[in-house]
Amino acid sequence: MSTPPLAPTRDPESLESVVIRFSGDSGDGMQLAGGQFAATSAILGNDIATFPDFPAEIRAPRGTTFGVSGFQLQFSSTDIHTPGDVVNALIAMNPAGLKVNLADVAAGGIVVANADEFNDVNLKKCGYPEGYSPLNDEQINTSYQVFAVPMSRLTREALEGSSMSIKEIDRCRNMFALGVAYWLFERSIDATIEHINEYYGALKKRPDVAEANVKVLKAGYYFGENAELFPARYRVPPATLAPGVYRQISGNQAIELGLATVARKAGIDVLYAGYPITPASEILHGLSKLKHLGVKTFQAEDEIAAICAAIGASFAGELGVTGTSGPGVALKSEALGLATIYELPLVLVNVQRAGPSTGMPTKTEQGDLFQALYGRSGESPCIVIAPKGPADCFDSTIEAARLAIRHMCPVILLSDGYIANGAEPWKLPDLDAIPPIEVTFAAPPDNGDGFHGYKRDLETLARPWALPGTPGLEHRIGSLEKQDVTGNVSYDPMNHELMVKARADKVARAAADIPPTPVRGSPSGDVLLLGWGSTFGAIATATDKLRAKGHDVSSAHIRHLSPLPPDLGDLLKCYKRVIIPENNTGQLCMLIRAKFLIDAKGVNHIRGRAFRVDELVEAVLELIND
Amino acid sequence: MTTTQTNDVPLPTYKPKDFASDQEVRWCPGCGDYAVLKGVQKAASALGRRREDFVFISGIGCAARFPYYMNTYGMHTIHGRSPAVATGVKLANPKLQVCIVSGDGDLLSIGGNHTMHAIRRNIDITVLLLNNRIYGLTKGQYSPTSEVGKKTKSTPLGSLDFPINPLSLALGAGCRFIARTLDVDLKLFDEVYTRALEFRGCSLVEVYQDCNIFNHGSFFYASQKDTKPENTVLLRHGEPMVFGKDNDKGLRRKGENIEVVQLGGGVTEDELLIHDETNLMMAHMLTELAHPEFPEPMGVLYADPTDPSYDKLYGDQVEEAKRRYEGQTLESLIRGENTWTVGPAKR
Repeated sequence: MSTPPLAPTRDPESLESVVIRFSGDSGDGMQLAGGQFAATSAILGNDIATFPDFPAEIRAPRGTTFGVSGFQLQFSSTDIHTPGDVVNALIAMNPAGLKVNLADVAAGGIVVANADEFNDVNLKKCGYPEGYSPLNDEQINTSYQVFAVPMSRLTREALEGSSMSIKEIDRCRNMFALGVAYWLFERSIDATIEHINEYYGALKKRPDVAEANVKVLKAGYYFGENAELFPARYRVPPATLAPGVYRQISGNQAIELGLATVARKAGIDVLYAGYPITPASEILHGLSKLKHLGVKTFQAEDEIAAICAAIGASFAGELGVTGTSGPGVALKSEALGLATIYELPLVLVNVQRAGPSTGMPTKTEQGDLFQALYGRSGESPCIVIAPKGPADCFDSTIEAARLAIRHMCPVILLSDGYIANGAEPWKLPDLDAIPPIEVTFAAPPDNGDGFHGYKRDLETLARPWALPGTPGLEHRIGSLEKQDVTGNVSYDPMNHELMVKARADKVARAAADIPPTPVRGSPSGDVLLLGWGSTFGAIATATDKLRAKGHDVSSAHIRHLSPLPPDLGDLLKCYKRVIIPENNTGQLCMLIRAKFLIDAKGVNHIRGRAFRVDELVEAVLELIND
Repeated sequence: MTTTQTNDVPLPTYKPKDFASDQEVRWCPGCGDYAVLKGVQKAASALGRRREDFVFISGIGCAARFPYYMNTYGMHTIHGRSPAVATGVKLANPKLQVCIVSGDGDLLSIGGNHTMHAIRRNIDITVLLLNNRIYGLTKGQYSPTSEVGKKTKSTPLGSLDFPINPLSLALGAGCRFIARTLDVDLKLFDEVYTRALEFRGCSLVEVYQDCNIFNHGSFFYASQKDTKPENTVLLRHGEPMVFGKDNDKGLRRKGENIEVVQLGGGVTEDELLIHDETNLMMAHMLTELAHPEFPEPMGVLYADPTDPSYDKLYGDQVEEAKRRYEGQTLESLIRGENTWTVGPAKR
């Protein structure tokens, strides 16, 4: 972390970037407070990267360490790619929030604690010895700037005379904390007031709740101003992003918008069939509101039915899409094989999470790469692509659909929990600049010739897409092996080999459209860090840091995992060492070693969270100095 | 939808053979499926719908080879999943006539979940369940409809589990149209299957079908010339439930139950139950009538078209969404609620 510890000064101190983490019970509204801080910072012109971290339990017992919900945000005046490693300011709404997060706070960093919640009951709940409070701990007070603020009491005082229940009043505490944070980092409270009035006032028809939240937000802000508790305020100037109109976007939102754009650009409806699963459910929720924009959603009875309905929709002329996480993909794998032999377009979104089995549903991992590449019976190749960050999910989704339709085959989009829930600024795309997705349905035959369902396009090897309802194109497709050209059932040995190779060749030909792999750093040299998916931010930042320290380290990040970029083999040979950081035990690494016969080394963390930049820098240095 | 549906061209007059594909039928000689295939081709050709609007969908099993033999659109899918695939087809293009043909193992065992949910959603598909009470394609294991004690390759000492009753299951899941027929009764098949195809909603027709290799004679108690009149009762809406070779027996209400009575000797048809195919309670009772205690009901047990189909409701909801969110465009959606501008001046 380049950010220096926040030292108390009289004047607002200008900082390059700050990492703030809001932390409290899962019912404390930390996601909302963090989200608002992020939105305000974005509007102010900072580059931002966010990371919500919440427990799988909806409402874990209050005050427990396993019920802590956190929202981390890095806001910066420079280009950033991760939500940051070390926390500069921690907002702790209770002892559990402090206990769980303190180790991540930088030495000298700010801790703002809700003092009212540091009572005997709560301290005991998170395992502190009797009579001890971290707020009175001398060592903690020397290592950090700890500010104990009686937020619960001040919230109640601010709302004295309110007709709301005590429970409702207490729920406004997050706005007090947010107000304090806004003051501390010199941000305007206006955007949040607007949001509160819009949400509670206009949408939920609770003007009283809106008024209360605004009151408490202001109370928090003015507390910062008047209490003379904080010795300093801090300022993070706007970043120099490329000119344009921006919004904040999470990976799951970007996939939703991507699919709506696919419906527009392809001129056919998208049918998204899903079954609720963390962390992919938000895609189903978001798309269910877009029926007027050519996206139909179907909540199926199970994961298998979801992909089967998507396949059925593709047969009938819509683009079938299904979304899930790893355990759901396991259930869908037989049907994915069916889509492969049917040679119909299909997009499968896998928002990966930590496995195996149920694993850690709310934690991220890249463990499903092999599953995507090989997790089906028989020789069953699919196209596999992975977005590198939240905003990139938009482009990747459109590309997935384009490839599926162009090559008439399933495409797997490998997102993960980190990308799905994390957010960053997104420069709004120019919709007109996105080329149309060409869809060609087979036309009724104008001569007596029968229809050949598996006669391939010579360039893409795609078979024709013939829709039910079209006279003269009546045909059957099936899970049994097909005869080349006719599509009739065939057990002929040589035909089977031909068809296996044709399906593989079809996927391989998608490589022709992959652009050259961009490199961060030098086109050749000592070390290349090769990554895929959500490790982009950490790898890019680590590359910059290592280069700044004088190491000849470059990095490349690939979106296409099957087929691999055609220039990859030559690129890898331009470096003495290839290091592949992954949030798994080394799946891409094994693939690269097998395909290109190079001695690639992995840096592998399987901790349910994204790489921290310092961890990665250290691990790379270790390998370099080995 | 971009389709080339040709509603302006007059409907051709089809013959059953127009619905037969050029593929050689590969069921065992003597299999009950042959008769069913003929029956389906006949009913489909006479339905008054275009051939290109039919999609036949199956799972896995002997019966599931069905779509290959139909000169329509067809999908042979994977084991048990045909209702889910059919749901996707119908949602994408509700104009299509979507028909499932599969067996008892496929639709009630591995695919039981999908069958149940397609039914309760009331998606407009026609499920033809060929029940032969055995796994044929895997060479003779007991199925979910096999009787208790069935000795098969996987149950040499006899099966222990109780069979499922397909029509009870369907009705329990909310099926609005249930019917039963026999592979060898072409007339009844045609009548029942035509009605099922015309029903807008999820309809299910159970066919007692003989597997002459692994379970020969399983339904002889109901299908033979001498057994059929005694062991089945043909239901006719509005008519008394009479059966027997000489139409000399009937079904009568006895308290909460149904009893078999001999007509004559003071018992007249007036006392018998009158079939009302819209009566759900009666339908539940009828599905429970089982050999040998009772004659088994044939024909349409229940048909209630009151509820709209899922695909119809879905289409309505799409229209509703278009009205309600008229002002919302893809552009406004992408813009979202909070945007900010980074101008070149700020650099």
